[in-house]
Amino acid sequence: MGIKWDEFFVTGDPLIFASQIGIALTLVGALAGLTYFKKWNYLWSEWFTTVDHKKIGIMYILVGVVMFLRGGIDGLMMKGQTAVPENDFLNAQHYNEVFTTHGVIMILFVAMPLLIGLMNFVIPLQIGARDVAFPQLNALSFWLTVSGAALFNISFIIGGSPDAGWTSYFPLAGKEFSPGIGNNFYAVALQIAGAGTLMTGINFVVTVLKMRTKGMTLMKMPMFTWTSFITSIIIVASFPIFTVALALMTFDRTFGTHFFTISGGGMDMLWANLFWLWGHPEVYIVVLPAFGMLSDIISTFARKTLYGYKSMVISIVMISVLSMLVWVHHFFTMGNSAGVNSFFSITTMAIAIPTGVKVFNWLFTMRKGRIKFTTAMLWALAFVPNFVIGGVTGVMLAMAAADYQYHNTLFLVAHFHYVLIPGVVFPIFAGLYFWWPKMFGYMLNEKIGKWHFWLFVVGFNVTFMPMFFLGLDGAVRRAYTYSAETGFGPLMMISAVGSVILAAGFAALVYNIYWSARNADRNIGNDPWDARTLEWATATPVQHYNFASLPEVTKLDAFWHMKKNNQLQPLSEDEIEEIHLPSNTWIPIYMGVVFGISGFLLVFEWTIAAGVAAIGILAGLAFRSFDYDEGFHVHKDEIFETESKWRKGANKGVKNHVS
Amino acid sequence: MSAKVNAALPLEYQTEQNRMNILGFWVFLGAEIVLFATLFGVYGVLGERYAGGPTQKDIFIVKDVMIQTFLLLTSSFTMGISIFEMRRSNIKGMLMWLVFTLLLGGGFLFMEIREFMHYVHEGATMQTSAFLSSFFVLLGTHGLHVTIGIGWAILLIVQIVQRGLTPVTARKAFIFGLYWHFLDVVWIFIFTFVYLQGLVM
Repeated sequence: MGIKWDEFFVTGDPLIFASQIGIALTLVGALAGLTYFKKWNYLWSEWFTTVDHKKIGIMYILVGVVMFLRGGIDGLMMKGQTAVPENDFLNAQHYNEVFTTHGVIMILFVAMPLLIGLMNFVIPLQIGARDVAFPQLNALSFWLTVSGAALFNISFIIGGSPDAGWTSYFPLAGKEFSPGIGNNFYAVALQIAGAGTLMTGINFVVTVLKMRTKGMTLMKMPMFTWTSFITSIIIVASFPIFTVALALMTFDRTFGTHFFTISGGGMDMLWANLFWLWGHPEVYIVVLPAFGMLSDIISTFARKTLYGYKSMVISIVMISVLSMLVWVHHFFTMGNSAGVNSFFSITTMAIAIPTGVKVFNWLFTMRKGRIKFTTAMLWALAFVPNFVIGGVTGVMLAMAAADYQYHNTLFLVAHFHYVLIPGVVFPIFAGLYFWWPKMFGYMLNEKIGKWHFWLFVVGFNVTFMPMFFLGLDGAVRRAYTYSAETGFGPLMMISAVGSVILAAGFAALVYNIYWSARNADRNIGNDPWDARTLEWATATPVQHYNFASLPEVTKLDAFWHMKKNNQLQPLSEDEIEEIHLPSNTWIPIYMGVVFGISGFLLVFEWTIAAGVAAIGILAGLAFRSFDYDEGFHVHKDEIFETESKWRKGANKGVKNHVS
Repeated sequence: MSAKVNAALPLEYQTEQNRMNILGFWVFLGAEIVLFATLFGVYGVLGERYAGGPTQKDIFIVKDVMIQTFLLLTSSFTMGISIFEMRRSNIKGMLMWLVFTLLLGGGFLFMEIREFMHYVHEGATMQTSAFLSSFFVLLGTHGLHVTIGIGWAILLIVQIVQRGLTPVTARKAFIFGLYWHFLDVVWIFIFTFVYLQGLVM
């Protein structure tokens, strides 16, 4: 029983009080609105119980965008606090909580859902399949992610936020130095979301191995499929480590064991090792799918086949192997021998080789291409120089001896933001602009998109470039304030101004979504970008069964060659067969709810109640075991009708918005 | 997804969805290997940090561990026979050997819980030292897997009785078999690196 009732709600801070009221009003408003417009049934049957990979992908993206707002506000608060010396906008404790939640949310609840969302939507289409291998498991993955995200986010109004950094190093994160329940939220919420991610990994390994359409050999897969496949393998190989680490953290904090605590023979460095054994591969889990999206986008808008396809594949495999061998570079200064540090210095620098190969391949793909400067392509272009800054500073940090200078300074913070924002966020934006028409049947506005692009890229550089110099001047990370004598003031102010521009860029994206949903042209056909891969071979937006008849592939860039050689299959009535699809199910969302309840009780260390709630989890598993629903068949007539509608439209009156 | 049945293959491999489920379970077992490897790693790091508490030699009882090992290894053998009978379409034999498997698994669990209670009685709890924390969590994770396996197999037996042997029930039984053998393999490592090594250290 870790908490008293009067500590249940976080009180005493006007900012938090305001958000509590805001959240309550939003909730009431949303519930009332749904009831008034009678949308409950629609929401339940079309979205909450769906097993359609496309809808699940879109919901993932929605979660990612909403979490981006939350994580972004955390970032702005930090920048506001450090804009001037001796600021008292946030106190030390509040600042600790904000940088902790910022890190966790941005990595695990923004980057991951957005990437997994795009993977979900695109991969089955790219490989010419009707769904993922395990559609129900896919829904379960999604609802566990939502459950974890919700649990993590309520921490700042109920019970208190975690405050030991996103790495939550022991002994700081232990009961002795963090007696509140904040860090329980970290351990439990990430455990639930992590279980969902692991299942996604398994699902996509099997999907890519088993569900490729006829003729699509491994070496004819689009690059996004390749990188998602490798990412899924890394997920399967690394997430269980995090599962164990978080479980041991829970045991230490809740049940008084001695894994990471100094007393009782525990070892705090064990946490650091386990955390980064997962944490470093995690970086590649988010960056590899992003690389894959860029590859597809660049070859589409350079209008050329990807340069060096084989070397791309070899590079990502090498990156995935090396990703498991570099974790100690996160703590060069924490007491390793010179030999150990040297080993991990070298493996870390070795990652620059395959990554460099990839960068040159992208550049050579563009060489002599007829580049179309769409918004999606702009993000891909901006990626290259910005990411190279992140990569080069990474090699600087990889030198263990030099790292003693950079360690724990804003130089490091600037470095990983230069890796993660150009390397993950830019490609996600590119992917959203690129695949948006496939998802919704209209494009995001290109003009507002350019505002989004320029504000975001300029804001990003203005925010993070000064932090390199601040770091070299000795400004430490995670410090909530500094004195005027340090001279950090001006650069900190520039950085803060940059973050406002960055936020304006994100606001432009949100406005773009709103504007385009209302005003964008719906008559765009199935292939608005003149693209190369199979997802563009079917209707826009995609019909629920994806393909009337599964396409056959003979070459890389299959759809491009079909178009060139006039091999697009016309619709003939006798070729259509009934299509078997899985039924909707309530079990995944139910599991999300019971996991959330059980996790919440565990956070508050009401272990008996949590155990009782966990019976609900077992009940869900039993329901699933006895569920023999065979799915349903889509009838020929319905397929024929749907297909003739969009195919007729594809021939006349469709506007090509790009050229 | 397609309902095409390839009757030349064993029952559990006949549909595409079944083949995917089985491959998916192998991938899941890969993740389980990482999970247990991490726990073994933790035990390897903390296994000699006694903090003044009891050591392996003080608490381990060779006879009980041998009985546990015997029960669990035998259960893996009976599990194999059960799948063999399934392949011969002998439902009765299959169920009988599956029930034997569960009884042996239950016996293992009984012995393990008794062992834990004995340790706790002697004052060797999870909170005593880093060694015991890592010992209890490693063994407990394995024991929890066995417990879940028993519950799972009971659901399976009900379904086989209800529906007979179909590609779906056969696949479920086959996958359960993989799971059960995997737990056996993990136990062999526990037996070697926790018990034997602890006793000769």
